[in-house]
Amino acid sequence: MAVVETRNLTKVFKEGELGAVNKVSLATREGEFLVFLGPSGSGKTTLLRMIAGLETPTSGEILIGGQVVNHLTPRERRIAMVFQSYALYPHLSVYNNIAFPLKAQKVPREQHRTKVEWAAGLLGIGKLLGRKPRELSGGERQRVALARAIVREPAVFLLDEPLSNLDAKLRASAREELEQFHKSVGTTTIYVTHDQVEAMAMGDRIVVLHQGVVRQIGTPKDVYEDPADTFVATFLGSPPMNLVEFSDVIVGFRPESFLPADLLPGAKHVRFRYKVNYVEYLGAERVLYGAIEGSHFESKEIISRLSWTMPAGYDAGSVHDFAVAESDLRFFDRKTEKRADPRPYPWQ
Amino acid sequence: MTNRQLGAVMFAPAVLFIILLIGFPFVLAVLYAFSDARIGSTGFHLVGLENFRSILQSPSFRKALQNSIVFTVCAQAIVIVCSTILSMALEKPFRARGLVRLLILLPWVAPVSLGTIGWKWILDSIYSVITWVLIWLHFYKPYSAPMWLGEPRLAMASVILVHCWRLIPFSTVIMLAGRSAIPKEIPEAASIDGAGFWRTLFHITIPMMTPIISVALLFGIVFTFTDMTVVYILTAGGPFDSTQTLPSLAFATGVQGSDLAAGAAISLFLVPVLVAVAYFMLRVAHRAEVV
Repeated sequence: MAVVETRNLTKVFKEGELGAVNKVSLATREGEFLVFLGPSGSGKTTLLRMIAGLETPTSGEILIGGQVVNHLTPRERRIAMVFQSYALYPHLSVYNNIAFPLKAQKVPREQHRTKVEWAAGLLGIGKLLGRKPRELSGGERQRVALARAIVREPAVFLLDEPLSNLDAKLRASAREELEQFHKSVGTTTIYVTHDQVEAMAMGDRIVVLHQGVVRQIGTPKDVYEDPADTFVATFLGSPPMNLVEFSDVIVGFRPESFLPADLLPGAKHVRFRYKVNYVEYLGAERVLYGAIEGSHFESKEIISRLSWTMPAGYDAGSVHDFAVAESDLRFFDRKTEKRADPRPYPWQ
Repeated sequence: MTNRQLGAVMFAPAVLFIILLIGFPFVLAVLYAFSDARIGSTGFHLVGLENFRSILQSPSFRKALQNSIVFTVCAQAIVIVCSTILSMALEKPFRARGLVRLLILLPWVAPVSLGTIGWKWILDSIYSVITWVLIWLHFYKPYSAPMWLGEPRLAMASVILVHCWRLIPFSTVIMLAGRSAIPKEIPEAASIDGAGFWRTLFHITIPMMTPIISVALLFGIVFTFTDMTVVYILTAGGPFDSTQTLPSLAFATGVQGSDLAAGAAISLFLVPVLVAVAYFMLRVAHRAEVV
């Protein structure tokens, strides 16, 4: 096991252009499951590839286990990586795919079978060893890729969107298996995804990236409940956080905190007249799309998310009293879009 | 015009082309091979396998067959190795890559006879620029310089090298196409798995390129085995038949030597060999594809 650290890591692909990764400094913890989350083009994969040694940084340092590894080739870094496409060797059987790292690292031949069988057993693919990759389903290929990654017991795992090629149902079960797998091997893992659900469900901590810059590092709870800026606030959560602007402040609140006023007795809260324009019925919940009536925020569009346990009657066209608890309000500076301290606010 | 008729009309030029330029000469060659046809004689009798029996006993035929095999095997070995290296060098982007690719492709684009005439001068016994340079560098004395096309072994080597010069570009283009079909994650995964350059090359890249390499090899063998331009222009089969190959022997016997029947029999001898090669290579390509 080892800790991965980056210091001011920067990658500029074309001189004069904005870097794909800009001065990223972060460190994993021992045995941690760290998720790089960001939209496409945010630099998360480039960052991972630099850690793997597949891209050369323009500047900055990468440390694995306390040692600067910038000058080391991928194979000297003692890492294992699972690619989005799995990158299985199509001409080799599953057994030979898993054994390839052992052969490449000159592990004594008599140990190959035991190690391959151990890795295959751990991932439940012991019966597939004789097959070729093209004879496997998406889920099976992903397991072979994982088995190939663990077979030589690396110091760090790098996973590049390994679930994105699976269908929705398989993805949920694979996610759970991957978590169990991480718990059982306990290796430091860096996981790249653009899927916030995956990030929230699996990550010990999440690194939110946008345009090559780290916007926030924190536990799933931190980044969701206390976003560092408006990008994190709107990127995490579906539907995203509501943002309303007023003078030099942006105020945000989650759709699930914007509730019918009579459901928020006692607590200090802010009330609005809310006209529902459109309702999405999603089974476990209803998502209301509407606008505020009256106050400074006249016709500002707001989303509300109601659990299925709440009473019905919020149909399109109806107008209600809605409210949000003051403790659920998040303030951002309008200029920098960064988090600001709570302040009294002229709501009406 | 119905679709069926339109189809037939569109198809006709191709069929006509094949019948007139390939089918007819081929049937004629078969017919000649079993006859006693000669240039300048109107007599025509079928003689069965007599021509084949006679050429198989001829030492110059055996020599030509042997030369053809040496020529093809050596040329193809050099072509495949060089084009694999070239395709690797040309794969990654670098400054002026387009220009380099164009220059490398030129020998294939230029008419074979022109290129070979150029080489004939480069390898000439008196005017050879290579010899001149070697003498200038004091590797040879002026009177003991090598005769590139005049000594049997050197002549064969020259013919093989000129042929390679011509075929490498073609093979390189096929290889480049094959390499670009390998997803870039695969060699990356291999490097992370701990494989160095040679292991990646021999265990990953080349096995994955087997289908495309066999196609390049198949074309190369067919081109080399049936080529007579390079041999004819450079050495005309000499010295002492040392560079005579089956196609050039067929031409020398059938056209220059007036023995149409023997010439046809020699060239027909190429057919089963090439069919066998094609069948074998396509099988390899197919097997590699389905793994």
